[in-house]
Amino acid sequence: MKKLRDRAVALLDEGTVSLVIGYEEGTKRPRPLFCRNSETARKLIFDSRCFHNLAVYVTKKELVGKERFAVTAPISTLRSILQLYVENQLSEDKLLVLTVDTSGELREFVTFDEISAYVAQFEMKRGEREQEILAKIEGMTREERWKFWMAEMSHCFKCYACRSACPLCYCTKCVVEINRPQWINPWPSPLSNMEWHVNRAMHMVGRCTACGACGDACPVGIPIDLITRKMMEDLAPEFGYIPGQPAKQGNALSSWKLDDREQFIR
Amino acid sequence: MSSSTDFEPKIIAFVCNWCTYAGADLTGTSRLKYATNVKIVRFPCTGRIDFLLLLKSFAQGADGVIVSGCHPNDCHYTSGNFHARRRWIAFRTVLDLMGVDIRRIQYSWVSAAEGSKWADLVNNTVADIRALGPYTEYQKVADYLEKEGFDEEA
Amino acid sequence: METKYISQGGLAQWFESIVASGKRVYAPVNSRGQVDFKLVKKLSEVADDYIQTTQSIKASVYPKAEVLFTYEKEHGKVNLTDFDPDTIPETVLWKVHPCDAAGFKPLSAIFNWDSADKLHNAHLVKTSVISFSCAKADESCFCTSVNGSPGNTAGSDVQLTVLPDGGAIAEILTPKGEALVALLPSVFEADRGDKKEQCLVDLPARFSLEEVNAKLNKAFNSTVWKEQSERCIGCGACAFVCPTCACFDIQEDVHGSKGRRIRCWDACGFALFTLHTSGHNPREHQSQRWRQRILHKFSYMPDRLSVVGCTGCGRCSRACPVDMNILEHITSIAKQ
Repeated sequence: MKKLRDRAVALLDEGTVSLVIGYEEGTKRPRPLFCRNSETARKLIFDSRCFHNLAVYVTKKELVGKERFAVTAPISTLRSILQLYVENQLSEDKLLVLTVDTSGELREFVTFDEISAYVAQFEMKRGEREQEILAKIEGMTREERWKFWMAEMSHCFKCYACRSACPLCYCTKCVVEINRPQWINPWPSPLSNMEWHVNRAMHMVGRCTACGACGDACPVGIPIDLITRKMMEDLAPEFGYIPGQPAKQGNALSSWKLDDREQFIR
Repeated sequence: MSSSTDFEPKIIAFVCNWCTYAGADLTGTSRLKYATNVKIVRFPCTGRIDFLLLLKSFAQGADGVIVSGCHPNDCHYTSGNFHARRRWIAFRTVLDLMGVDIRRIQYSWVSAAEGSKWADLVNNTVADIRALGPYTEYQKVADYLEKEGFDEEA
Repeated sequence: METKYISQGGLAQWFESIVASGKRVYAPVNSRGQVDFKLVKKLSEVADDYIQTTQSIKASVYPKAEVLFTYEKEHGKVNLTDFDPDTIPETVLWKVHPCDAAGFKPLSAIFNWDSADKLHNAHLVKTSVISFSCAKADESCFCTSVNGSPGNTAGSDVQLTVLPDGGAIAEILTPKGEALVALLPSVFEADRGDKKEQCLVDLPARFSLEEVNAKLNKAFNSTVWKEQSERCIGCGACAFVCPTCACFDIQEDVHGSKGRRIRCWDACGFALFTLHTSGHNPREHQSQRWRQRILHKFSYMPDRLSVVGCTGCGRCSRACPVDMNILEHITSIAKQ
């Protein structure tokens, strides 16, 4: 952690980057920090508590400016950065990535291939919480699943914290902001909330890397990250992508294969 | 006496203009009789069918939905149905996860020459939906309003 | 204003009598790992060991989505059905904290500012508030910095202060409170002289409102807004859990010749909140939206409506996905 902090301070002092996005101590847990000078960078921390997906900031042009910048990235942020590269949202000459590997060594990446090779060693696994809730859902009948999700959806109040926290929701005009036609009702109700989450899950097909930022951001505790995670798991064999690895063959829903197989079309 | 004999399912069909719509036309000109429960919505291509439309159909009172287009490799726009096929695979997965009754959405490839297939498809779908009953579970929340502004279930 | 004593058993009996009277009782309930207000029938459902509910109770007088009126076109005529205040049931809010009860004042100030909002006022009339003073607080609470306190009775009809024996000091504050007490007057005994202040948590003020107001009046062009708002992701979580945030959107829900007009919650933090049809957005940067949030609550509302737009409940800080700690931000402005 100290090596990462020192490196960030050096990068800013040398003028190699104009901004380092990282983490600092927050009220109850680490929170994002924007260091535009080395003094601020001395507050940087980096440990297993650092949860937020900082990739959500790298596409915000007014925040990162036009010059080169760096991001301290835990594995979830790295995966999102890879997906953003695949979607042409980042360029290698603008972004520097810093991380700390499992043996505590500082790693610095410039190219997509470097990040990709590093990330490939990490297996995408369900954590304890995900496994507990998903196992419960997988054991339910269809009617029970409907009741479960309708009950959860009755709590959603369409604050869009899920969308705001997701690094892959970078559309400048989101589907909820279209009113001709109005696909998603702006007001909360169990059904329109479900339609919103179904819509977001569909827009995330093949792109979501199950970082959990959406579920963590939800102020009313709905486990929405499990929807996109389960989609990621179930559709990987169908569409031929590896969960957690960037989809180099094109986004799942904007491409197709002649031998896509299904059993349900008559 | 079961209520299913009184229940006439409302089915909406989203079809592509070049194959299935023409096929349905052929059913008519061939004087084949089939169930009248279906309202057809014509699209240029299945690739144009937005997945939310299927959910909105249920919210507007449909008990079942048919989605049909050209066979793979026969799409008038070359690849629209390939995109649609991928979309349906994904959509079916998320709907099943959320507990929506995916038996109520029937996907099919019906070409312009398959007049009798269209008739069979509609008849079978109507029979299936009739057996499933009206989709009251969905329609109960389709007023798009919460109850009294508070979450009532504890 | 009368002060009485009520025993633990008496509390339970009074609660039952309120439920039995047919009024809808909402109280904090433990569910899904959070504590939130829900419809309850038994005192045993009410949550115990928590600091604050996730959401406020503003939905009781300002629903998340509310039908303003419905209309139907028939042969060229339009039949309009207005909102019917008689459809609102009598509602009792149980175990509200003083910061939430105090939130009704700024909320109603906005809804009665230049015209009296008929729906909001209809809800208010039918709503009674039974608050419990606070024996605990956490690092996000700051009611004492914004003219509040753990024992503040503003906005409450009855305030209960729980005593070590499980009973409570009952302050009966308004005619609505008296009506509730009248449901079971026998359980309200004479005041024993218990000292309320000894049961309240000690929460020192963290900043002075006057100082903050004075600094804010000069801070419009300060760089502090950009610095503080960098990590804000522009969701509506803070606005939606806030007891005083009242920004709304009006939507049409039309199906064929029938429709309804709906008012629903909105948030000034959303990027499109101030987008004009011309395409111009006077608050196109998150820093401008963050500035608006702070100035609205701590400068514009005190200046125009004579009430501060924040009760120090701390929900925004707890709900914020990226820890935009409002107490921290205001304190830093006060120190500038």
